[in-house]
Amino acid sequence: MIELTVNGKSYKIEVEPDTPLLWVIREQVGLTGTKYGCGIGRCGVCTVHIDGKPIHACGLPVSEAAGARITTIEGLSRGDVLHKVQRAWIDNDVPQCGYCQAGMIMAVAALLDRKPKPTDADIDAAITNICRCGTFQQVREAIHMAAKA
Amino acid sequence: MGQGMRSLFELPRFSRRSFLVASAAIGGGFTIGVNPFGSIAVAGGVENSPEVTPWLTIRPDDTVVIRSPFDEMGQGSLTGIAQLVVEELECDWNNVTWELPTPATSIARERVWGEFRTDSSASIRASHEHLRKTGAAARMMLVQAAANGWNVPVAECTVAKGVISHKTQNRRTTYGQVAALAARLEVPKDVRLKDPKDWTIIGKPVKRPDTVDRVTGKQIYGADIVLPGMRNAAIRACPVFGGKVKRVDSGIAQAMPGVEKVLRVGDSAVAVVADTWWHAKMAIDAVVVDWETGESASVSSASINAMLTEGLSARDAFLHVKTGSSSAAIAGAARRIEAIYDYPFQTHACMEPMNATALYTPARCEVWCGSQHPDGALEAVARAAGLPLDQCDVHRVALGGGFGRRLFTEHVTQAVRIAKEMPGTPVKLLWSREEDITQGTYHPVMKAKLTGGLTSDGQLAGLELRLSGQSIMTTYMPSELDNGRDLEVFRGLYLQGREGLEYWAQNVTIDHAMRNTHVPAGFWRGVNINHNAIFLECFIDELANAAGQDPLAFRRNLMLFDPKARAVLDAVAEKGGWSNKKSDGRSRGLAQSRTTASYFAALAEISVDGNIVKVHRMVVAIDPGYAVNPAQIERQIASGAVFGLSALFLQECTLKNGCIEQDNFDSYDSLRIAQMPKIESIVMPSGGFWGGVGEGTACLAAPAVLNAYFAATGKRIRSIPLKNHGIKLV
Repeated sequence: MIELTVNGKSYKIEVEPDTPLLWVIREQVGLTGTKYGCGIGRCGVCTVHIDGKPIHACGLPVSEAAGARITTIEGLSRGDVLHKVQRAWIDNDVPQCGYCQAGMIMAVAALLDRKPKPTDADIDAAITNICRCGTFQQVREAIHMAAKA
Repeated sequence: MGQGMRSLFELPRFSRRSFLVASAAIGGGFTIGVNPFGSIAVAGGVENSPEVTPWLTIRPDDTVVIRSPFDEMGQGSLTGIAQLVVEELECDWNNVTWELPTPATSIARERVWGEFRTDSSASIRASHEHLRKTGAAARMMLVQAAANGWNVPVAECTVAKGVISHKTQNRRTTYGQVAALAARLEVPKDVRLKDPKDWTIIGKPVKRPDTVDRVTGKQIYGADIVLPGMRNAAIRACPVFGGKVKRVDSGIAQAMPGVEKVLRVGDSAVAVVADTWWHAKMAIDAVVVDWETGESASVSSASINAMLTEGLSARDAFLHVKTGSSSAAIAGAARRIEAIYDYPFQTHACMEPMNATALYTPARCEVWCGSQHPDGALEAVARAAGLPLDQCDVHRVALGGGFGRRLFTEHVTQAVRIAKEMPGTPVKLLWSREEDITQGTYHPVMKAKLTGGLTSDGQLAGLELRLSGQSIMTTYMPSELDNGRDLEVFRGLYLQGREGLEYWAQNVTIDHAMRNTHVPAGFWRGVNINHNAIFLECFIDELANAAGQDPLAFRRNLMLFDPKARAVLDAVAEKGGWSNKKSDGRSRGLAQSRTTASYFAALAEISVDGNIVKVHRMVVAIDPGYAVNPAQIERQIASGAVFGLSALFLQECTLKNGCIEQDNFDSYDSLRIAQMPKIESIVMPSGGFWGGVGEGTACLAAPAVLNAYFAATGKRIRSIPLKNHGIKLV
């Protein structure tokens, strides 16, 4: 039995402790906004926050997340009030297929927490997510928009 | 197409009756449907609000629901489709949504919406007339219904934003209020469309209406489907294409947590069904399979390369273009230039790995999946289930990327075969990323030998282009071969027309030595134009260099017939600072192509420092005839650039012992934001035709950069990816 806190709610979950957090979030907690893309920590579509820091959930054993504050894309907004990154994403029409965007948005939200006014070089260093649709130009513009919001 | 040829992907998709057909009541009969905007609902395949025409219904709250035969995979064309309808319908843009009828509904309605297939940048160019007409017809019917109710002549009624008014009688109603009455009227046969100069929403950069769910995690993709009592499956197919399962040792896997079943899927794959996908994945990794692989297990990239090299000079080639006498012209020319180019296998690596969820009973089989070809998926379901088409259906879910990969349906077949072993229990089959990369439908491998002759004053006397490599149609649809010849392989090299050569073409010979491998070939964004544009546009640069001419001037001198092609090239040259070459330490390269009927040109601006390359910016111009949504076109241009640059610098699939060697994003990498050039788009619609926007930039990114690399270094690179040449993109 593992106790998890996801988006402020606590869950008691019967699961092998080495199960990746990603799959516990998707299959036991039932939040499917966090995606599976590679399983080896290379693409970033599974990015969630652990105590406010971005992490690839596909490579983290769930046992290591027990007791931590886990935030997924579903928990980024406050009720109906979207996070400024989500608003910038809508204003700049960023997503194409959208599959990678939850991970991208979580990575950007964490960057802005750490660096409220990131430079292009900060963005290049911090945002390493893959987007096969190639939304990067809109992503960069939207990050700067969110930083000004 | 030139030479009277017909490409499979240029076929008209709608019959006249698909517009004129009268409305009909929609039968229900679907137990579970998926709302394209996300939430799984217990509902019919299409909704039951009044159907004004088969293409649109209007709810009492004035919401206009457009039924789309096309799927959304990121390209944004459902937004463009809505713009086309709204332009003529004159409803409020904010009241528009769409739904995706199922392919079984389509058959029951005698394919009133045409074919359900999303590819070839064709959604808008195939449907614009139907969609505008359906909007106009619906508007006429709605106004007629209001006029009938008020007992006034229809000509005295006006309409704006879905509100119908009669001024002198001071009457007012909305589309939603008269939709049920309008639905009973006959669809008018004589529909006049607006003059393009009067368009108010076509041509505007409106935002996509389907973005919110994509930033909140609410958008449901196939991989996210959850059905009551559902089980999860992971699969491993024979890593040597065409191989079979010989022996399965599942002892360890059977005893692992959550595992319900280990089973063979067809004769080429093994799957595990478990309570969760993670359990299924762990267990499939523990299954030991002996494969029967046959001769294909000896195929390697080297053996394929040898076969293609032989094809460069082989006598058995399909002739495509022959004008004048290239051999005589080149023999008589002052200079002869020859070069050999290579293009490798590529895979799509959609961010959402292939998946399908199937529910089988002896009486009915239903599947939920994102597909670029729902009609084909339905046929796959029926075949695998052993049921007639009308006892099957496919629910169309949002696609996490497509790029051509989701035209294929083998994962659907697998899911149904698994579900058939568990009647009454829904099963979701999700491929691992490893399965996705190693079981693809790959961009065909292609080699080319180009030979050109230059006169003493630097004119092109003759050109020969021999392609040697794989045919997609032989894999995908052998019935479409033309006496064995694959016409798709020449896309971008037709003598004229929508994917024609834009160059003067006297004394030209183009042919193809078809050399197929056991690797399944498929459609990969841009398809055959990816290699043809590299071959032709880089070789044109080689000829210009040999002739001592400026590559822009050399091209312009050969582009005699089509001012629209010259216009896009001139536009990128001007905006890209072509005439200021090298003044800023940056080098520039050009490329142009006619792709999916649109005119494309690209200029790449790079700098080279040893083995480090930075692509600073790309200037891309497109003339798509009519530009329905310039903002979405700009996004497709940037998107195509990322696709093309990823392949150019980072990607290839190689073979060893008959298997694809790459298996995840560590070995098949993709561009990151740090490597993204600034993209400057020039959208310059000249009117008079409808071209696609999604693919041309993917095709031109590579040749433009390769030409810029030559300008920077004097080194001509003729094979990709550039990582194989020790070149690193930063």
